[in-house]
Amino acid sequence: MINLHWLYLFAGAVFASIAVGSARDSDNRKRWGNAAFWSLLAASFWFGDLIGDVANGVLVLALVALAGTHLLGRPAGQTTSNEERQAFSERFGSKLFVPALIIPLTAFFGTLLFNYTPLKDSGFIEPKSVTLILLGIGVIIGLVACYAWLRPPPMAGVDEGARLADAIGWALVLPQMLAALGAVFAAAGIGATIGTLAGAIIPQGSIFLAVLLYALGMVVFTMIMGNAFAAFPVMIAAIGVPILIHQDGGRAAVIGAVGMLAGYCGTLMTPMAANFNIVPAALLELRNQYGVVKVQIATAIPLLICNIVILYIAGYHL
Amino acid sequence: MIDYWPLLGIALVVVGFALRFNPLLVVAVAAIATGLLALMPFAKVLGVLGHGFNENRNVTLIYIVLPVIGLLERYGLQQQARALIGRMRSATTGRLLIVYMIFRQILAALGLTSVAGQAQTVRPLVAPMALAAAEKEHGELDEDTAERVKAMSAATDNVGLFFGEDIFIAVSSILLIQGALKVYGIELTPFELSMWAIPTALCALLIQSVRLVLLDRWLARRPR
Repeated sequence: MINLHWLYLFAGAVFASIAVGSARDSDNRKRWGNAAFWSLLAASFWFGDLIGDVANGVLVLALVALAGTHLLGRPAGQTTSNEERQAFSERFGSKLFVPALIIPLTAFFGTLLFNYTPLKDSGFIEPKSVTLILLGIGVIIGLVACYAWLRPPPMAGVDEGARLADAIGWALVLPQMLAALGAVFAAAGIGATIGTLAGAIIPQGSIFLAVLLYALGMVVFTMIMGNAFAAFPVMIAAIGVPILIHQDGGRAAVIGAVGMLAGYCGTLMTPMAANFNIVPAALLELRNQYGVVKVQIATAIPLLICNIVILYIAGYHL
Repeated sequence: MIDYWPLLGIALVVVGFALRFNPLLVVAVAAIATGLLALMPFAKVLGVLGHGFNENRNVTLIYIVLPVIGLLERYGLQQQARALIGRMRSATTGRLLIVYMIFRQILAALGLTSVAGQAQTVRPLVAPMALAAAEKEHGELDEDTAERVKAMSAATDNVGLFFGEDIFIAVSSILLIQGALKVYGIELTPFELSMWAIPTALCALLIQSVRLVLLDRWLARRPR
Protein backbone atom coordinates (compact mmCIF):
# COMPACT_ATOMS: atom_id res chain seq x y z
CA MET A 1 0.00 0.00 0.00
CA ILE A 2 1.23 3.48 -0.82
CA ASN A 3 1.26 5.50 2.40
CA LEU A 4 2.73 8.74 3.67
CA HIS A 5 6.08 7.03 4.18
CA TRP A 6 6.56 6.62 0.41
CA LEU A 7 5.75 10.28 -0.05
CA TYR A 8 8.37 11.18 2.56
CA LEU A 9 10.97 9.22 0.61
CA PHE A 10 10.05 11.19 -2.51
CA ALA A 11 10.09 14.48 -0.60
CA GLY A 12 13.54 13.58 0.76
CA ALA A 13 14.71 13.10 -2.82
CA VAL A 14 13.27 16.48 -3.83
CA PHE A 15 15.03 18.25 -0.94
CA ALA A 16 18.28 16.39 -1.75
CA SER A 17 17.99 17.64 -5.35
CA ILE A 18 17.41 21.16 -4.00
CA ALA A 19 20.61 20.78 -1.93
CA VAL A 20 22.51 19.82 -5.09
CA GLY A 21 21.01 22.74 -7.01
CA SER A 22 21.94 25.15 -4.20
CA ALA A 23 25.53 23.90 -4.22
CA ARG A 24 25.66 24.41 -8.02
CA ASP A 25 24.63 28.08 -7.71
CA SER A 26 28.18 29.44 -7.89
CA ASP A 27 27.01 33.08 -7.93
CA ASN A 28 25.68 32.67 -4.39
CA ARG A 29 28.27 33.32 -1.66
CA LYS A 30 26.22 31.31 0.81
CA ARG A 31 25.62 28.32 -1.40
CA TRP A 32 27.24 25.83 0.99
CA GLY A 33 25.07 26.97 3.88
CA ASN A 34 21.99 26.55 1.71
CA ALA A 35 23.15 23.11 0.54
CA ALA A 36 23.80 21.98 4.14
CA PHE A 37 20.35 23.19 5.24
CA TRP A 38 18.46 21.30 2.51
CA SER A 39 20.63 18.21 3.01
CA LEU A 40 19.62 18.11 6.67
CA LEU A 41 15.97 18.45 5.69
CA ALA A 42 16.36 15.61 3.16
CA ALA A 43 17.94 13.50 5.90
CA SER A 44 14.98 14.27 8.16
CA PHE A 45 12.51 13.03 5.53
CA TRP A 46 14.56 9.92 4.77
CA PHE A 47 15.80 8.84 8.16
CA GLY A 48 13.60 10.69 10.69
CA ASP A 49 11.77 7.53 11.71
CA LEU A 50 14.98 5.53 12.20
CA ILE A 51 17.26 7.77 14.24
CA GLY A 52 15.21 8.34 17.40
CA ASP A 53 13.85 11.44 19.13
CA VAL A 54 17.06 12.90 20.53
CA ALA A 55 18.90 12.61 17.20
CA ASN A 56 15.96 14.36 15.55
CA GLY A 57 16.28 17.07 18.19
CA VAL A 58 19.97 17.47 17.34
CA LEU A 59 19.03 17.70 13.65
CA VAL A 60 16.58 20.48 14.52
CA LEU A 61 19.29 22.36 16.44
CA ALA A 62 21.64 22.02 13.44
CA LEU A 63 18.99 23.52 11.12
CA VAL A 64 18.45 26.36 13.61
CA ALA A 65 22.20 26.95 13.93
CA LEU A 66 22.58 27.33 10.16
CA ALA A 67 19.65 29.75 9.94
CA GLY A 68 20.47 31.62 13.16
CA THR A 69 24.07 32.34 12.19
CA HIS A 70 23.01 33.73 8.80
CA LEU A 71 24.66 31.00 6.76
CA LEU A 72 21.69 30.90 4.38
CA GLY A 73 21.41 33.32 1.47
CA ARG A 74 18.93 34.14 -1.25
CA PRO A 75 19.92 33.37 -4.85
CA ALA A 76 21.58 36.22 -6.73
CA GLY A 77 19.45 36.21 -9.87
CA GLN A 78 17.23 34.14 -12.10
CA THR A 79 18.26 31.46 -14.55
CA THR A 80 16.60 33.02 -17.61
CA SER A 81 16.15 36.76 -18.14
CA ASN A 82 12.74 38.42 -18.25
CA GLU A 83 13.17 38.97 -22.00
CA GLU A 84 13.89 35.29 -22.59
CA ARG A 85 10.87 34.38 -20.47
CA GLN A 86 8.68 36.71 -22.47
CA ALA A 87 9.90 35.07 -25.68
CA PHE A 88 9.33 31.59 -24.27
CA SER A 89 5.84 32.47 -23.11
CA GLU A 90 4.96 33.73 -26.58
CA ARG A 91 6.31 30.53 -28.07
CA PHE A 92 4.66 28.04 -25.70
CA GLY A 93 1.51 30.03 -24.98
CA SER A 94 -1.18 28.94 -22.59
CA LYS A 95 -0.05 25.32 -22.81
CA LEU A 96 2.41 26.38 -20.07
CA PHE A 97 -0.51 26.14 -17.66
CA VAL A 98 -0.98 22.44 -18.38
CA PRO A 99 1.86 21.03 -16.26
CA ALA A 100 1.01 23.51 -13.47
CA LEU A 101 -2.60 22.39 -13.51
CA ILE A 102 -1.73 18.69 -13.74
CA ILE A 103 -0.76 18.78 -10.05
CA PRO A 104 -4.04 20.10 -8.56
CA LEU A 105 -6.17 18.26 -11.12
CA THR A 106 -4.49 14.93 -10.37
CA ALA A 107 -5.19 15.55 -6.69
CA PHE A 108 -8.79 16.63 -7.39
CA PHE A 109 -9.97 13.99 -9.85
CA GLY A 110 -7.79 11.34 -8.27
CA THR A 111 -9.41 11.90 -4.88
CA LEU A 112 -12.90 11.75 -6.38
CA LEU A 113 -12.04 8.64 -8.38
CA PHE A 114 -10.57 7.01 -5.31
CA ASN A 115 -13.46 7.81 -2.99
CA TYR A 116 -16.30 6.86 -5.30
CA THR A 117 -14.96 3.70 -6.92
CA PRO A 118 -13.85 0.29 -5.61
CA LEU A 119 -10.28 1.63 -5.58
CA LYS A 120 -10.97 2.71 -2.00
CA ASP A 121 -11.16 -0.89 -0.84
CA SER A 122 -8.33 -2.12 -3.05
CA GLY A 123 -5.68 -1.25 -0.46
CA PHE A 124 -3.61 0.48 -3.13
CA ILE A 125 -3.39 3.87 -1.37
CA GLU A 126 -3.80 4.61 2.33
CA PRO A 127 -7.24 6.28 2.51
CA LYS A 128 -6.45 9.04 5.04
CA SER A 129 -3.53 10.46 3.05
CA VAL A 130 -5.01 9.98 -0.39
CA THR A 131 -5.05 13.65 -1.53
CA LEU A 132 -1.46 14.30 -0.45
CA ILE A 133 -0.25 11.12 -2.12
CA LEU A 134 -2.06 12.03 -5.33
CA LEU A 135 -0.50 15.47 -5.12
CA GLY A 136 2.89 13.74 -5.05
CA ILE A 137 1.93 11.64 -8.06
CA GLY A 138 0.79 14.85 -9.78
CA VAL A 139 4.21 16.38 -9.15
CA ILE A 140 5.90 13.39 -10.78
CA ILE A 141 3.57 13.57 -13.81
CA GLY A 142 4.11 17.35 -14.00
CA LEU A 143 7.90 16.91 -13.96
CA VAL A 144 7.79 14.27 -16.68
CA ALA A 145 5.51 16.50 -18.77
CA CYS A 146 7.88 19.49 -18.38
CA TYR A 147 10.90 17.48 -19.47
CA ALA A 148 9.13 15.77 -22.35
CA TRP A 149 7.67 18.97 -23.75
CA LEU A 150 9.97 21.87 -22.83
CA ARG A 151 13.19 19.85 -23.18
CA PRO A 152 15.12 21.88 -20.60
CA PRO A 153 18.80 21.14 -19.84
CA PRO A 154 19.00 17.97 -17.68
CA MET A 155 19.82 19.78 -14.42
CA ALA A 156 17.26 22.57 -14.92
CA GLY A 157 14.67 20.97 -12.60
CA VAL A 158 17.29 20.72 -9.86
CA ASP A 159 18.46 24.31 -10.33
CA GLU A 160 14.97 25.81 -10.55
CA GLY A 161 13.74 23.99 -7.45
CA ALA A 162 16.80 25.25 -5.59
CA ARG A 163 16.25 28.81 -6.83
CA LEU A 164 12.74 28.87 -5.38
CA ALA A 165 13.68 27.08 -2.17
CA ASP A 166 16.66 29.39 -1.57
CA ALA A 167 14.38 32.38 -2.11
CA ILE A 168 12.08 31.09 0.66
CA GLY A 169 15.00 30.01 2.83
CA TRP A 170 14.53 29.17 6.52
CA ALA A 171 10.84 30.22 6.37
CA LEU A 172 10.16 26.93 4.60
CA VAL A 173 10.68 24.89 7.78
CA LEU A 174 9.26 27.47 10.22
CA PRO A 175 5.73 25.97 10.17
CA GLN A 176 7.10 22.56 11.06
CA MET A 177 9.27 24.11 13.79
CA LEU A 178 6.23 25.83 15.27
CA ALA A 179 4.40 22.51 15.31
CA ALA A 180 7.35 21.07 17.25
CA LEU A 181 7.17 24.04 19.65
CA GLY A 182 3.51 23.16 20.13
CA ALA A 183 4.57 19.66 21.17
CA VAL A 184 6.93 21.12 23.79
CA PHE A 185 4.21 23.50 25.03
CA ALA A 186 1.85 20.55 25.40
CA ALA A 187 4.45 18.52 27.31
CA ALA A 188 5.08 21.50 29.62
CA GLY A 189 1.36 21.82 30.40
CA ILE A 190 0.99 25.33 28.93
CA GLY A 191 -2.56 24.66 27.70
CA ALA A 192 -3.88 23.62 31.09
CA THR A 193 -2.28 26.64 32.77
CA ILE A 194 -3.85 29.11 30.33
CA GLY A 195 -7.20 27.33 30.61
CA THR A 196 -7.15 27.77 34.39
CA LEU A 197 -6.28 31.45 34.03
CA ALA A 198 -9.07 32.02 31.48
CA GLY A 199 -11.62 30.16 33.61
CA ALA A 200 -10.76 32.30 36.62
CA ILE A 201 -11.63 35.63 34.98
CA ILE A 202 -15.12 34.72 33.72
CA PRO A 203 -17.82 36.99 35.14
CA GLN A 204 -21.06 35.44 36.38
CA GLY A 205 -24.47 36.22 34.99
CA SER A 206 -23.85 37.72 31.57
CA ILE A 207 -24.17 35.27 28.70
CA PHE A 208 -22.93 37.85 26.21
CA LEU A 209 -19.78 38.60 28.20
CA ALA A 210 -19.06 34.90 28.54
CA VAL A 211 -19.47 34.44 24.76
CA LEU A 212 -17.20 37.42 24.17
CA LEU A 213 -14.48 36.07 26.45
CA TYR A 214 -14.73 32.62 24.86
CA ALA A 215 -14.29 34.04 21.35
CA LEU A 216 -11.51 36.45 22.36
CA GLY A 217 -9.82 33.67 24.31
CA MET A 218 -9.83 31.52 21.16
CA VAL A 219 -8.34 34.41 19.18
CA VAL A 220 -5.60 35.31 21.65
CA PHE A 221 -4.58 31.73 22.38
CA THR A 222 -4.61 30.91 18.65
CA MET A 223 -2.39 33.92 17.99
CA ILE A 224 0.07 32.73 20.63
CA MET A 225 0.15 29.12 19.47
CA GLY A 226 -0.28 29.91 15.76
CA ASN A 227 -2.94 27.23 15.55
CA ALA A 228 -6.62 27.15 16.49
CA PHE A 229 -6.39 23.38 17.02
CA ALA A 230 -4.14 23.94 20.02
CA ALA A 231 -6.43 26.62 21.45
CA PHE A 232 -9.73 24.78 21.05
CA PRO A 233 -9.41 21.96 23.60
CA VAL A 234 -8.19 24.50 26.17
CA MET A 235 -10.97 27.04 25.67
CA ILE A 236 -13.72 24.45 25.35
CA ALA A 237 -12.59 22.98 28.69
CA ALA A 238 -12.18 26.34 30.43
CA ILE A 239 -15.28 28.23 29.21
CA GLY A 240 -17.12 26.43 26.40
CA VAL A 241 -18.43 23.34 28.19
CA PRO A 242 -18.74 24.43 31.85
CA ILE A 243 -20.13 27.92 31.30
CA LEU A 244 -21.54 28.36 27.78
CA ILE A 245 -23.07 24.89 27.38
CA HIS A 246 -23.80 23.56 30.88
CA GLN A 247 -24.44 26.71 32.92
CA ASP A 248 -26.04 28.92 30.26
CA GLY A 249 -27.60 26.18 28.09
CA GLY A 250 -26.06 27.17 24.75
CA ARG A 251 -26.41 24.99 21.64
CA ALA A 252 -23.33 22.75 21.67
CA ALA A 253 -22.91 22.47 17.89
CA VAL A 254 -22.72 26.27 17.55
CA ILE A 255 -20.40 26.75 20.52
CA GLY A 256 -18.06 24.13 19.07
CA ALA A 257 -18.11 24.99 15.37
CA VAL A 258 -18.20 28.79 15.57
CA GLY A 259 -15.75 28.86 18.48
CA MET A 260 -13.21 27.15 16.24
CA LEU A 261 -13.94 29.65 13.45
CA ALA A 262 -13.36 32.54 15.86
CA GLY A 263 -9.95 30.97 16.42
CA TYR A 264 -9.31 31.04 12.67
CA CYS A 265 -9.72 34.83 12.80
CA GLY A 266 -6.74 34.75 15.17
CA THR A 267 -4.81 32.59 12.69
CA LEU A 268 -5.16 35.40 10.14
CA MET A 269 -3.51 37.87 12.54
CA THR A 270 -0.42 36.05 13.80
CA PRO A 271 3.09 35.50 12.43
CA MET A 272 3.06 32.23 14.40
CA ALA A 273 0.85 30.72 11.68
CA ALA A 274 3.91 30.80 9.48
CA ASN A 275 2.80 28.58 6.62
CA PHE A 276 -0.13 30.87 5.91
CA ASN A 277 1.32 34.24 6.87
CA ILE A 278 5.14 34.24 6.68
CA VAL A 279 5.97 31.72 3.95
CA PRO A 280 3.73 33.46 1.35
CA ALA A 281 5.53 36.74 2.04
CA ALA A 282 8.76 34.96 1.10
CA LEU A 283 7.17 33.11 -1.81
CA LEU A 284 5.82 36.34 -3.30
CA GLU A 285 9.04 38.24 -2.50
CA LEU A 286 7.35 40.88 -0.35
CA ARG A 287 9.64 43.43 1.29
CA ASN A 288 7.76 43.27 4.58
CA GLN A 289 7.74 39.76 6.03
CA TYR A 290 4.55 40.69 7.93
CA GLY A 291 2.89 42.09 4.76
CA VAL A 292 0.31 39.30 4.51
CA VAL A 293 -0.67 39.48 8.20
CA LYS A 294 -1.07 43.24 7.87
CA VAL A 295 -3.67 43.11 5.10
CA GLN A 296 -5.53 40.24 6.79
CA ILE A 297 -6.32 42.16 9.97
CA ALA A 298 -9.04 44.22 8.29
CA THR A 299 -10.81 40.99 7.27
CA ALA A 300 -10.22 39.17 10.54
CA ILE A 301 -11.74 41.78 12.88
CA PRO A 302 -15.12 42.25 11.17
CA LEU A 303 -15.31 38.49 10.70
CA LEU A 304 -14.61 37.97 14.39
CA ILE A 305 -17.50 40.32 15.21
CA CYS A 306 -19.71 38.24 12.88
CA ASN A 307 -18.64 35.09 14.71
CA ILE A 308 -19.45 36.58 18.11
CA VAL A 309 -22.90 37.61 16.86
CA ILE A 310 -23.49 34.14 15.36
CA LEU A 311 -22.38 32.49 18.61
CA TYR A 312 -24.75 34.64 20.64
CA ILE A 313 -27.79 34.47 18.36
CA ALA A 314 -27.55 30.94 16.99
CA GLY A 315 -26.24 29.60 20.29
CA TYR A 316 -28.97 31.05 22.50
CA HIS A 317 -31.79 32.68 20.56
CA LEU A 318 -32.64 30.44 17.60
CA MET B 1 -0.46 25.10 42.95
CA ILE B 2 -0.03 25.79 39.25
CA ASP B 3 3.44 26.46 37.96
CA TYR B 4 3.38 29.65 35.88
CA TRP B 5 7.09 29.69 34.96
CA PRO B 6 6.75 27.77 31.66
CA LEU B 7 4.56 30.65 30.38
CA LEU B 8 7.80 32.63 30.06
CA GLY B 9 8.38 30.55 26.91
CA ILE B 10 5.41 32.29 25.30
CA ALA B 11 6.81 35.68 26.32
CA LEU B 12 10.12 34.72 24.68
CA VAL B 13 8.34 33.97 21.42
CA VAL B 14 6.46 37.27 21.44
CA VAL B 15 9.56 39.33 22.30
CA GLY B 16 11.75 37.43 19.84
CA PHE B 17 9.33 37.95 16.96
CA ALA B 18 8.85 41.62 17.87
CA LEU B 19 12.62 42.23 17.90
CA ARG B 20 12.87 40.41 14.55
CA PHE B 21 15.45 37.85 15.54
CA ASN B 22 15.60 34.88 13.18
CA PRO B 23 12.24 33.14 13.83
CA LEU B 24 13.74 29.63 13.74
CA LEU B 25 16.16 30.67 16.45
CA VAL B 26 13.39 32.29 18.51
CA VAL B 27 11.23 29.18 18.33
CA ALA B 28 14.06 26.82 19.26
CA VAL B 29 15.17 28.96 22.20
CA ALA B 30 11.57 29.30 23.42
CA ALA B 31 11.01 25.54 23.14
CA ILE B 32 14.12 24.69 25.14
CA ALA B 33 13.45 27.40 27.74
CA THR B 34 9.83 26.23 28.17
CA GLY B 35 10.91 22.63 28.65
CA LEU B 36 13.64 23.50 31.14
CA LEU B 37 11.29 25.80 33.09
CA ALA B 38 8.83 22.90 33.30
CA LEU B 39 11.72 21.01 34.95
CA MET B 40 12.29 18.57 32.09
CA PRO B 41 15.89 17.37 31.69
CA PHE B 42 17.66 18.80 28.60
CA ALA B 43 17.77 15.47 26.74
CA LYS B 44 14.01 15.07 27.32
CA VAL B 45 13.31 18.55 25.89
CA LEU B 46 15.48 17.77 22.89
CA GLY B 47 13.60 14.50 22.42
CA VAL B 48 10.15 16.13 22.60
CA LEU B 49 11.26 18.83 20.15
CA GLY B 50 12.78 16.28 17.76
CA HIS B 51 9.76 13.99 18.00
CA GLY B 52 7.39 16.90 17.35
CA PHE B 53 9.44 18.00 14.34
CA ASN B 54 9.56 14.50 12.89
CA GLU B 55 5.84 13.84 13.41
CA ASN B 56 4.93 17.07 11.58
CA ARG B 57 6.90 16.56 8.36
CA ASN B 58 3.62 16.53 6.46
CA VAL B 59 3.48 20.32 7.05
CA THR B 60 6.57 20.79 4.84
CA LEU B 61 5.56 18.23 2.21
CA ILE B 62 3.84 20.71 -0.08
CA TYR B 63 7.17 22.17 -1.24
CA ILE B 64 7.75 19.12 -3.43
CA VAL B 65 5.94 21.22 -6.07
CA LEU B 66 8.83 23.72 -6.26
CA PRO B 67 10.86 22.05 -9.06
CA VAL B 68 7.82 21.91 -11.38
CA ILE B 69 6.80 25.51 -10.64
CA GLY B 70 10.42 26.66 -11.05
CA LEU B 71 10.77 24.89 -14.40
CA LEU B 72 7.59 26.47 -15.71
CA GLU B 73 8.67 29.90 -14.51
CA ARG B 74 11.92 29.43 -16.43
CA TYR B 75 9.81 29.11 -19.57
CA GLY B 76 7.60 32.11 -18.87
CA LEU B 77 4.64 30.81 -16.78
CA GLN B 78 4.19 34.11 -14.90
CA GLN B 79 4.48 36.12 -18.13
CA GLN B 80 1.83 33.90 -19.71
CA ALA B 81 -0.49 34.28 -16.71
CA ARG B 82 -0.15 38.05 -17.13
CA ALA B 83 -0.74 37.93 -20.88
CA LEU B 84 -3.91 35.91 -20.40
CA ILE B 85 -5.37 38.45 -17.97
CA GLY B 86 -4.25 41.31 -20.20
CA ARG B 87 -6.55 39.98 -22.90
CA MET B 88 -9.60 39.81 -20.64
CA ARG B 89 -11.31 43.17 -20.90
CA SER B 90 -13.42 43.12 -17.77
CA ALA B 91 -10.85 41.54 -15.45
CA THR B 92 -9.89 43.70 -12.52
CA THR B 93 -7.71 42.67 -9.58
CA GLY B 94 -10.66 42.65 -7.21
CA ARG B 95 -13.03 40.69 -9.47
CA LEU B 96 -10.34 38.16 -10.27
CA LEU B 97 -9.60 37.56 -6.61
CA ILE B 98 -13.31 37.31 -5.73
CA VAL B 99 -13.72 34.56 -8.34
CA TYR B 100 -10.63 32.80 -6.98
CA MET B 101 -11.95 33.08 -3.43
CA ILE B 102 -15.24 31.43 -4.40
CA PHE B 103 -13.36 28.57 -6.08
CA ARG B 104 -11.11 28.17 -3.08
CA GLN B 105 -14.03 28.06 -0.64
CA ILE B 106 -15.97 25.54 -2.71
CA LEU B 107 -12.94 23.27 -3.19
CA ALA B 108 -12.14 23.45 0.54
CA ALA B 109 -15.78 22.71 1.39
CA LEU B 110 -15.47 19.57 -0.74
CA GLY B 111 -12.46 18.53 1.34
CA LEU B 112 -9.94 19.41 -1.36
CA THR B 113 -7.79 21.75 0.71
CA SER B 114 -4.39 20.97 -0.81
CA VAL B 115 -5.55 21.29 -4.41
CA ALA B 116 -4.83 25.04 -4.28
CA GLY B 117 -2.50 26.98 -2.03
CA GLN B 118 0.26 29.55 -1.67
CA ALA B 119 2.93 27.43 -3.40
CA GLN B 120 0.67 25.55 -5.83
CA THR B 121 -1.53 28.33 -7.16
CA VAL B 122 -0.87 31.77 -5.61
CA ARG B 123 2.80 32.19 -6.50
CA PRO B 124 2.67 30.82 -10.07
CA LEU B 125 -0.82 31.90 -11.17
CA VAL B 126 -3.01 34.02 -8.89
CA ALA B 127 -0.54 36.72 -7.85
CA PRO B 128 0.85 37.30 -11.39
CA MET B 129 -2.72 37.50 -12.72
CA ALA B 130 -3.78 39.95 -9.99
CA LEU B 131 -0.72 42.09 -10.77
CA ALA B 132 -1.43 41.98 -14.49
CA ALA B 133 -5.02 43.07 -13.94
CA ALA B 134 -3.81 46.01 -11.85
CA GLU B 135 -1.21 46.95 -14.47
CA LYS B 136 -3.78 46.84 -17.24
CA GLU B 137 -5.78 49.52 -15.52
CA HIS B 138 -2.90 51.40 -14.08
CA GLY B 139 0.27 51.02 -16.12
CA GLU B 140 3.50 50.15 -14.34
CA LEU B 141 2.91 49.61 -10.60
CA ASP B 142 5.08 51.25 -7.97
CA GLU B 143 6.53 48.93 -5.32
CA ASP B 144 3.98 49.74 -2.60
CA THR B 145 1.06 49.04 -4.92
CA ALA B 146 2.54 45.78 -6.19
CA GLU B 147 3.25 44.73 -2.60
CA ARG B 148 -0.36 45.37 -1.59
CA VAL B 149 -1.78 43.45 -4.56
CA LYS B 150 0.48 40.46 -3.86
CA ALA B 151 -0.35 40.49 -0.14
CA MET B 152 -4.09 40.59 -0.91
CA SER B 153 -3.68 37.61 -3.27
CA ALA B 154 -2.09 35.58 -0.48
CA ALA B 155 -4.69 36.79 2.04
CA THR B 156 -7.59 35.85 -0.23
CA ASP B 157 -6.26 32.31 -0.51
CA ASN B 158 -6.02 32.04 3.29
CA VAL B 159 -9.49 33.45 3.95
CA GLY B 160 -11.04 31.16 1.31
CA LEU B 161 -9.32 28.12 2.78
CA PHE B 162 -10.02 28.80 6.46
CA PHE B 163 -13.66 29.67 6.01
CA GLY B 164 -14.45 26.93 3.53
CA GLU B 165 -12.79 23.84 4.95
CA ASP B 166 -15.00 23.43 8.03
CA ILE B 167 -18.05 22.89 5.82
CA PHE B 168 -16.53 19.55 4.85
CA ILE B 169 -17.62 16.91 7.36
CA ALA B 170 -14.43 14.88 7.42
CA VAL B 171 -11.94 17.72 7.90
CA SER B 172 -9.63 17.37 10.89
CA SER B 173 -10.96 20.41 12.74
CA ILE B 174 -14.54 19.11 12.70
CA LEU B 175 -13.30 15.77 13.99
CA LEU B 176 -11.32 17.59 16.67
CA ILE B 177 -14.39 19.57 17.81
CA GLN B 178 -16.45 16.39 17.89
CA GLY B 179 -13.78 14.55 19.85
CA ALA B 180 -13.21 17.39 22.33
CA LEU B 181 -16.93 17.64 23.14
CA LYS B 182 -17.36 13.87 23.37
CA VAL B 183 -14.96 13.88 26.33
CA TYR B 184 -17.69 15.78 28.22
CA GLY B 185 -20.45 13.43 27.13
CA ILE B 186 -21.76 15.78 24.43
CA GLU B 187 -22.40 13.70 21.32
CA LEU B 188 -22.64 15.59 18.01
CA THR B 189 -22.53 14.41 14.43
CA PRO B 190 -19.96 15.98 12.06
CA PHE B 191 -22.90 17.13 9.95
CA GLU B 192 -24.38 19.27 12.75
CA LEU B 193 -21.00 20.93 13.26
CA SER B 194 -20.18 21.51 9.60
CA MET B 195 -23.64 23.04 9.03
CA TRP B 196 -22.81 25.77 11.55
CA ALA B 197 -19.68 26.66 9.58
CA ILE B 198 -21.85 27.93 6.72
CA PRO B 199 -22.98 31.30 8.18
CA THR B 200 -19.37 32.28 8.91
CA ALA B 201 -18.30 31.10 5.44
CA LEU B 202 -20.85 33.46 3.86
CA CYS B 203 -19.77 36.35 6.12
CA ALA B 204 -16.14 35.71 5.15
CA LEU B 205 -16.99 35.78 1.45
CA LEU B 206 -18.95 38.99 1.88
CA ILE B 207 -16.29 40.78 3.93
CA GLN B 208 -13.40 39.75 1.70
CA SER B 209 -15.39 40.70 -1.43
CA VAL B 210 -16.08 44.17 -0.03
CA ARG B 211 -12.40 44.57 0.69
CA LEU B 212 -11.50 43.48 -2.83
CA VAL B 213 -13.97 45.92 -4.37
CA LEU B 214 -12.39 48.61 -2.19
CA LEU B 215 -8.97 47.47 -3.44
CA ASP B 216 -10.15 48.07 -7.01
CA ARG B 217 -11.30 51.57 -6.06
CA TRP B 218 -8.03 52.25 -4.27
CA LEU B 219 -6.11 51.13 -7.36
CA ALA B 220 -8.25 53.37 -9.57
CA ARG B 221 -7.52 56.37 -7.34
CA ARG B 222 -3.74 55.87 -7.33
CA PRO B 223 -2.01 58.44 -9.56
CA ARG B 224 -0.68 56.89 -12.73
